[in-house]
Formats: sequence, C-alpha cells, structure tokens
Amino acid sequence: MSTLLTAEYGVKDIVKSFGGAKALSGVSISVKSGEVHCIAGENGSGKSTLIKIMSGIHAPDTGLIRLGDKSFTKLSPREAVHEGVQVIFQDFSLLPNMTVAENIAMPTYILNNSRILSKKQTKEIASNALDLIGIDIDINIPVADISIASKQLIAIARATNLGVKMLFMDEPTTALTRKEIKRLFEVVEQIKARGVATVFVSHKIDEIQEICNTITILRNGEVVGDGLMKDFNRKTISQAMTGLDVSESRIAPKLEKTTKKVVEIKNFTTKPTFSNISFSIAPGEILGMTGLLGSGRTELAEAIFGQYPVDSGEIIVDGRPIQLNSSSKALKAGIGYVPPDRLTQGLFLEQSILNNLVSVGIDQYQSTGGRLSKTRLIEAGQHWIKDLRIKTNNPQNPVTSLSGGNQQRVVLAKWLAMNPHLMILNGPTVGVDIGSKREILKIIRDRAQEGMAFLVVSDDIPELVQICHRVIVIKNGHISKEFSEAQLDEKTLYEELS
Amino acid sequence: MNIKKLLLRNETALIIAIVVLSLVIGIKSPEFFTLANLFDIFRSSFVQLIFALGVLIVIISGGIDISFPAVGIFAGYTAVVLMQRFEWNPENLLLPIALAIIIGIILGAINSIAIATFGIPTLIATLGTSGIFRGLMLTFIGSSFISDIPVALDKFATADLLKIQPEEGTLARLHILIIPVAILTIFVSLLLTRTMFGRSVYALGGGVEATRRLGISVKRTQAKIYMSVGGLSGLAGILYVSLQRKANPYDLAGSELDIIAAVVLGGASIMGGYGTVFGTVLGVLLISLIKGNLILLGVSGSWQRAAVGALLLIGITVQALNESKKAKNRRVSTSDEVGE
Repeated sequence: MSTLLTAEYGVKDIVKSFGGAKALSGVSISVKSGEVHCIAGENGSGKSTLIKIMSGIHAPDTGLIRLGDKSFTKLSPREAVHEGVQVIFQDFSLLPNMTVAENIAMPTYILNNSRILSKKQTKEIASNALDLIGIDIDINIPVADISIASKQLIAIARATNLGVKMLFMDEPTTALTRKEIKRLFEVVEQIKARGVATVFVSHKIDEIQEICNTITILRNGEVVGDGLMKDFNRKTISQAMTGLDVSESRIAPKLEKTTKKVVEIKNFTTKPTFSNISFSIAPGEILGMTGLLGSGRTELAEAIFGQYPVDSGEIIVDGRPIQLNSSSKALKAGIGYVPPDRLTQGLFLEQSILNNLVSVGIDQYQSTGGRLSKTRLIEAGQHWIKDLRIKTNNPQNPVTSLSGGNQQRVVLAKWLAMNPHLMILNGPTVGVDIGSKREILKIIRDRAQEGMAFLVVSDDIPELVQICHRVIVIKNGHISKEFSEAQLDEKTLYEELS
Repeated sequence: MNIKKLLLRNETALIIAIVVLSLVIGIKSPEFFTLANLFDIFRSSFVQLIFALGVLIVIISGGIDISFPAVGIFAGYTAVVLMQRFEWNPENLLLPIALAIIIGIILGAINSIAIATFGIPTLIATLGTSGIFRGLMLTFIGSSFISDIPVALDKFATADLLKIQPEEGTLARLHILIIPVAILTIFVSLLLTRTMFGRSVYALGGGVEATRRLGISVKRTQAKIYMSVGGLSGLAGILYVSLQRKANPYDLAGSELDIIAAVVLGGASIMGGYGTVFGTVLGVLLISLIKGNLILLGVSGSWQRAAVGALLLIGITVQALNESKKAKNRRVSTSDEVGE
C-alpha cells in the first residue's frame, strides 16, 4: 500500500507536433497518488493533446510517460487502460446503443481480458460502481435515453471503477448544475481517498480552487506555472493562462433611454413549459435570462426563434407582429439564434471555416444568374476572421481544426453576418476559455453599442452581471424576478436562483 | 417488459406481418397451409439465413458487406472444382465444408485488409472486392457449369430429417439442415450477446471513437468481423451448391438485395449499433415467404424483386422515422441542460 501512496504519475519533457505546429514543447507534469491536480489553460494551450497522449490516442514525438515505477515512450489505448489510466472525456465517450450497465462494465471486462460476459456480472459491476460513488440510476436503460447530467455521472462511475490509478476529468462540470457539481466534488474526494491520482481540467477557477491540491498552467504548449494550489489565486491563474491582465468588471455599454422596442413578447404560453411570459428588449439592450435546469428558459429562447411550439401569445418585431412557430419567419424579421450545442446545431463541422462563416444568408453573395461569387465569399470570410480574431492559418481548414473558443466565434460570426435586429445567444461561453470568453463578451458589447439587441441565456451569473443591462430569472415557466441594472449583483442573483 | 413496449418492438411487427401475409395467401390458395409448403419455406431459408447472420454482424458494427454473394459462390464453386481436380470424393461433408469456409475466411481477410488496414469505406471496399472475386473466379477457377458435384454434396441435397406423407397432397420433407442451422443461429446469437467480441461489434456501431477509447482495438475487431462474414458466406455458398445439386459460377448474383432487406427488416439499424438474431430470422422468413409464395396470389415472379426492394425501403424508412421521433423526444426532455 505504501508504494501506491507515494506513486507518481505524469509525463516528462513531452514534445508533440502536428504538421508544423507544436502542440506541446517540453511539458512535464507529475501527480502523486491521492492528489487532485489541476491542469489549467486556454483552449489550444495543449491540454487536450496531453490527455490524448496519456490515454494512448497520440504518441509523443519525444519524452516519457511515467506511471508509478514504469516508464513508456508511448502508450496504446489498450495499454493505457491496462496501466490504470482512465479519461472522462468532455463528450463522455459513452455508447448510446448500449445499456448503462454495459457502458460501466465494459472497461472492467477489458481489463480482465474477459472473453465471455454474463448479464448478471455486468449488472453487478455496474451497481457496485454506482454504489461506490453513491449514485442511483436505472442501469437497464440505453444510454441514448438518459439526460446529459446522468451521462456525466455514468462516465465517472465507469472511469472510477476498479483498477484506476490515474484519472483525467476533462471539463467535468460543463453540463452540471450547482447541486450536481457539489455531488461530483464529493465523489472526487472519495476517489482521492482511494489513492487515485486525479487530474482535473477546467476553465472555472472557483471550482479548481475548491477541489485541487496542486496545479500546472499551460499556455501555447508550455508550462507557465506550477505548484501548490494555495500559492495561486484567481488573478494569478488568469494571468498565467492568458498572459494578460484580465478583469471581470462590468463592461455593458451605457444604454440610451428610448421607448423604441426591437422585440416585444406578449403572453407567451405553452403549458406546462412556460406561461404568460411578457417582456421587451430595446435597441442596443442586452437582456440576460437565467434559470435552473428545467425552468423553461431554453424552450422560451427557442420559442422566440420559432423552434419550440408556442400555443398562444404574440411576438412583435420592430412594431410588426410576426407569425409564431416559424423559424424562417423569425429569421426574415431579423431574429438570430445561436444554439448552445455548437457542435451539433450550430456548425457544419467537416466544412471549411470559410464555408461556415458565410452559410447563413448565403443569398447575399449571389452574382448575376444566381451563381455564388467566390471572391465575395472569400472577402466576407476574411472580414469575419479578422473582425472576430479567429485564430487560424488557413480559412479553408475544416472547423474541427479550431479550438472551442474559436469555433464559438465562427458560430457567432455566421449569425452576425446576417445583421439581425435581435440576437439570441444560448450559453454563448459554455466550454470556452477565459480569453475567448472575454473576446466574445466584447463582441456582444460592441454590437450592442451599434444598436443590436441581445437576449443572453446563461447559467454563468458573473458573465450576466458583467454584460447585461437587465436580467430576468425564469422559475417553473414564469418570470420570477426582474433585476434592473442597478440591482444587478452576483449574490442576489444566486439567491434568487436557488 | 410491458405490453406496450412489446408491441412496439420490431420483432412483434414482423410476426404480425408474417401472420397477416400468410392468412391472405392462405385464404386465396389453400395449398399454402400445407406442411410441404412450410418445409419448403424453411428449405429456401437455410442458405439465406446463414448469409444473413454474417450480414447482421457487419451491419451492427456500422459497416456493410455486399461482397458476400461473390464470396459464397467463389468458395462453393472453388471447393467443388478443387475436389474434382484432385479427385477427392469423400463420403462425408467435412472436406467440402471446411474448404469452403477456409476460402471464405481468406476472401474475408482481403476485405479486412481493405477496410481495417487501408480504411476504405466498407460499401466501396466490398463493391470492389466483389468484382475482383467474381472476376478471379471466372478467369482462374472456371466459368463452366458443373452438374456432377461430389457425391457427398449431391446426396446431402435430399438428406431429410422428417418425411410426412399426408392423406392427400404432396410428400412433406424437412431437410436435416434445420438442426445445424438452428445451432449456428443460436451460436451467433450467443456470440453477439455474451462475448466480448460480440459486444465490441455493438460498441463499434455505437461509436468508433468511443470504442477505441475503451481500449478495444478497432482494426482487430473489424478484421474479425469481415473474416467471420467471409467464413459464414463460404459455408452458405457450399450449402447452396449442395441444395441446388449443381455448381454454377454465375449464381447468387443479385441475392444481396434479399439478404440485406431481410436483415434491415429484422430491425438491424443501417447506421449500426442495433440488431438482433431473432429479428434477422424473422426477416429471412418474411422474404422467403414473399419470394416463394407471392406467386400463389397471382403476383408474377418479376414483381418479387420489386416487392423485396420496396420492403427494404419501407424497413429503412420506419427506422428513420423512429429515430427522428426519438431524437425529438430526447431534445425536448434534455434541451434545458445547458450552461456552466
């Protein structure tokens, strides 16, 4: 047991390049068993590459992988599993067509080199794994039919099952509510007590301060800071991550008094999801909307864009009522909607960055005879890349080549190109790093200054306080409270929410 | 499982389709409901089912293999040619069956190399190898029809387990193959549900990247899959030759439609990840029923292909509709799960 307690896991002097670009240049990280270590860094800093090397998906160019008393120059995914390395990926990496029980039990079977499986044993393994972290989920249903929060918990149960020595958690809290995050942290404490070396990858500084003992900060593929968590604070972490002095003070532009309304929502009702919702947004105004899971806020946002059915109510855009339940009418009236799940709803992933940028409102680029003008497309694409500072060396690369923050900017640019009167942003900075988040909030502010109205749907209270003129809180399908600019304050908002 | 769920299952729908179709045919022509006809439907299903089991494995894994008829006839015909050339004429079936299975596995290995090693999309890879296999057979093995097949194979064509002579009407013969085919079917079912290999096949159909991250070797699993399909196709090919009592290198062309239709109607998702052996058995029976007995309804033989093609499209449409309905439900129930 004593060897396990002092075992060290990590990498030494890892170098990895893709094509010409260096993703990691000489990175060393060491995590002791029973320790929670944080790897912090912006998107594109090399965190994902590091995880992929540790889990055997990529081979490093040079350097060593150290797992206890063993060293490897590279790992195969199979070896990684055998050596007790488990990764909870951001997308959970679960198999939707198989049951919860099987998803949890598979790694155990693989670890034991089992050829024959029994249903009874599968269920036992799964129940034990769930018991171990104190979670109660029906193990007989397919993963395709469960909620995102449950998927996260199942991924954790699966990874923390027997034999894990080093556990990576890549942005584990992204899809969780505060209550669920608390539960997750209790689970992490248990894993820690079992002597697992845990690596927690997150953008959220509050969370890593709460849960981690030690920290390594990456920037552009290099270690720019490491040591004990207590020697760092919010400011020093942000600074190391971004290389900039980052402030989180309010950046909402001054709003001029006007009686003009860009959009008026009157008595929107779809029972039981929401009822009697009325509000309006003025030109240049940034209205925040928040609420807990299941409050109806996402449905409401989709309803304004005509994607979620509205039973009764009225929507008036620029003084003219528009037809409900039609996203094409909403689009024509000047409403834009950026969905939360950019990967499946907002982007054509395999298409080039350029094609994505110009995909909304493609009609604008027609030349005579209905043919698309290539020069105009490229000009427009380059304009947006420059304007929103999208980091790429070739706009013809697929969108998948970009980091999360840059992908989000592509989605944003795509809709801004339409010049909507009202832009609805649902979770605009979910899964985006501090630097990109700041950029995105700045883009919103600048557009608002030019008169574009915004509806920002978000869980991120500090972000809402930073950017919004007004925030409405949705509870059980009703507007429970409205906060004016003067009343905006993180503490009171949190209180209203919980 | 509650009644509603049971009714919604694909297998239930298939059983209903088979029963309704049987009733319709039976009412119009009474000779349908004879033991002889039932045994005939079985007989025409054996080879189809063996092919279908292979195709099922491949479809669950998210791939497709359309080279199996070429592999089947290549293996069956080549086994016969080899036996004739070397004047092997054993009493039992072991040699021709072993030969055909080995040839099938070798051809499956060629598919594996194309798919697992070179990463060629499965449809294109097997379309290509299908042409290669048939071409090689006709060029190097032979292109002539062989009617004097080895005696063991010939005798097997009439090896009956049961012979029942009803008071009036034709003699009903139940071929002995029903036993080995039933055993094989159960074996494949256990393989798919109870073994790591079988679950890896489902995993692959659920997501290639997620499977790789589990530590399952995607390439090795794919290689095993296409070699299994090859082996099963080889077995089906030699049994086809035996039941037909002739070896015709031009046979089985076009049979991919019937078999893929049977597997898809049986509930296997063309996108991968879903499918059961029981569903496939029912799918094969339904297709055999249509092919063998639509004629009793006065539907001409030339319409059978159209009917099977239409069924394939109906099967896929039902799958797609179910999927989009599910996705919609899921979206409504989880659409609020956003945020930090």
